[in-house]
Amino acid sequence: MNKTLFDKIWDSHVVESIPNGPDVLYIDKHLIHEVTSPQAFNELKERKISVFRPEKIVATADHNTPTQDQHLPVKDLLSRKQLKELTQNCEENNITLYGLGHPYNGIVHVMAPELGITQPGMTIVCGDSHTSTHGAFGTIAFGIGTSQVAQVFASQCLLVEKPKKMRVNVNGQLKKGVLPKDVILYIISKLGTNSGTGHFCEYAGNVFEDMSMEGRMTVCNMSIEMGARGGLIAPDDITFDYVEGREFAPKGQKFEKQKAFWKTLKTDQDADFDKEFYLDAEDIEPMVTYGTNPGMGIKLTGTIPLNGGKSADKALEYMGFVPGESLLDKPVNWIFIGSCTNSRIEDFRVAAAYIKGKQKAGNVNALIVPGSRQVAKQIKAEGLQEIFEEAGFTLRQPGCSACLAMNDDKIPAGEYCVSTSNRNFEGRQGQGARTILASPLTAAATAIAGKLTDFSKNLN
Amino acid sequence: MEKFIKLTDTAIPLETENIDTDQIIPARFLKATDKAGFGENLFRDWRYTNEGKLNTEFSLNNPLFTGTILVAGDNFGCGSSREHAAWALKAYGFKAVVSSYFADIFKGNALNNSLLPVQVSPEFLQSLFKYIKADPLGQITIDLEKQQILILGTGESEKFEIDPYKKTCMLNGYDDIDFLLSRLDSIKKYEEKQLEL
Repeated sequence: MNKTLFDKIWDSHVVESIPNGPDVLYIDKHLIHEVTSPQAFNELKERKISVFRPEKIVATADHNTPTQDQHLPVKDLLSRKQLKELTQNCEENNITLYGLGHPYNGIVHVMAPELGITQPGMTIVCGDSHTSTHGAFGTIAFGIGTSQVAQVFASQCLLVEKPKKMRVNVNGQLKKGVLPKDVILYIISKLGTNSGTGHFCEYAGNVFEDMSMEGRMTVCNMSIEMGARGGLIAPDDITFDYVEGREFAPKGQKFEKQKAFWKTLKTDQDADFDKEFYLDAEDIEPMVTYGTNPGMGIKLTGTIPLNGGKSADKALEYMGFVPGESLLDKPVNWIFIGSCTNSRIEDFRVAAAYIKGKQKAGNVNALIVPGSRQVAKQIKAEGLQEIFEEAGFTLRQPGCSACLAMNDDKIPAGEYCVSTSNRNFEGRQGQGARTILASPLTAAATAIAGKLTDFSKNLN
Repeated sequence: MEKFIKLTDTAIPLETENIDTDQIIPARFLKATDKAGFGENLFRDWRYTNEGKLNTEFSLNNPLFTGTILVAGDNFGCGSSREHAAWALKAYGFKAVVSSYFADIFKGNALNNSLLPVQVSPEFLQSLFKYIKADPLGQITIDLEKQQILILGTGESEKFEIDPYKKTCMLNGYDDIDFLLSRLDSIKKYEEKQLEL
């Protein structure tokens, strides 16, 4: 029978199928962080059960951590307590933790791939919806709630109904200045925020085949923003080259053996999808969002749609925009380059290349937050730090930061922020903050101009 | 887990579409390490203005509307996987949420906390909004056994879908951990088989 990539991974991880019910799905890697794990550890304690497979769990501190003075005790007492509980829980249960200050510390979806923890063919879960990121390696990776975190602690398995399958094909040549972030924002704007609900989405076509791993991670990361449980891309030489040699990747003969298996992980010809979409790369331009969900996106040079309906009116009122309006030349006081969507080295390279020799506009606060300690190290090693600093950008220490504003990195009420993160929900970046989602290039160009600008003419 | 069998009550309408979990419980309230107290901050930034005053236009603050059923616009619970959203709705007093569409992770989280997500057709959702607004004291019955939602005042009803396994869990108060622990032997066998490959 012809199987999809998704079927192949899923079926090989089913421990058993309950008649008329869900599958017991085995989880290869469980990533945890400080915000969604404490109640799960408590649950285990209350039931007097221990963690079943601690060696399959990796922990990091990222959501609720400061991006300044990480060597000092965390000022916010609730945050400090949450981080302390994570440390204690990991110690008590023999779980590897890359806590604040550890050389491997970083945003969970940045640090796991860069350490080679994420490998093709795996099932990966984390109490975070952007776990879909890891699908870039040809894995089944999805976000779970805290009750499910406890279930995986207890059994290394989850009870889940097999999702449906969809495929999004994008073929053609991307225009200059169009980044993976623009591709995924375009897809979501075309298909809608609930088009993927109940589905796993495979991305196919030469656009994804030609993308770097960083780019594929950006795309898969935002699968959840169209409602999909996860997204995935078939692993290929780009994937294998990325994984090879990383800290926890298999080595030598083991790697070769794994690679031979990974090569079989692709969708068979004529395999069935429940839904399939075809989009042209040539139609994609740099994208920005104008509303309060990631599906409310337009091309940077476009105008806000008329007649969006009641919910769109509410969103526009929050954003301070009107239907028919263009966002070009809108003054913007904040830009944020960071988050699990766009905080990898490639994102900072593209931003730095644009910024080099330029100065940020006087009205702009430009925040650069690397996804991990390793990315921060590389920013320094490649000389990007000087470029950012000379241009007046603020470089912080790694963490989720202003993507969800759990720490002090908040955008003030009423202010616009061109952000490379994944959600433009009301208040996401701080109470009353107005988020415009965009690529790192668009964010960098906005910082220089002090307003949204058609930067295509400035590209070399 | 608490059982859910049948519920008859008034409902609170919240017609906004795409209500994300950041609205249900903003991230700044996720610093707690236990499950208590999230009810106070449910829909915090809609219930209160930026200055901390009660927003009287928000339906949860409208004294006309009461009840343990929340009737909400399409695509409820999208966004973050935070289970705190389900805890906040439960702690506030809701026992069921009705919408024409639920985001996957929220739906799972709700079911794991005995908060019943009831997915109805867009037309039935509109009938519900019309009914509640016309008669805020009008009652609705949600019968899990029959998988039926009934508008008592008009007699309109609709069947709803639920995974049969999850239905059994809700009706009996079972949860997934109990079930998975009963399967540890087959899980270990699966692991052994993988090692051989």
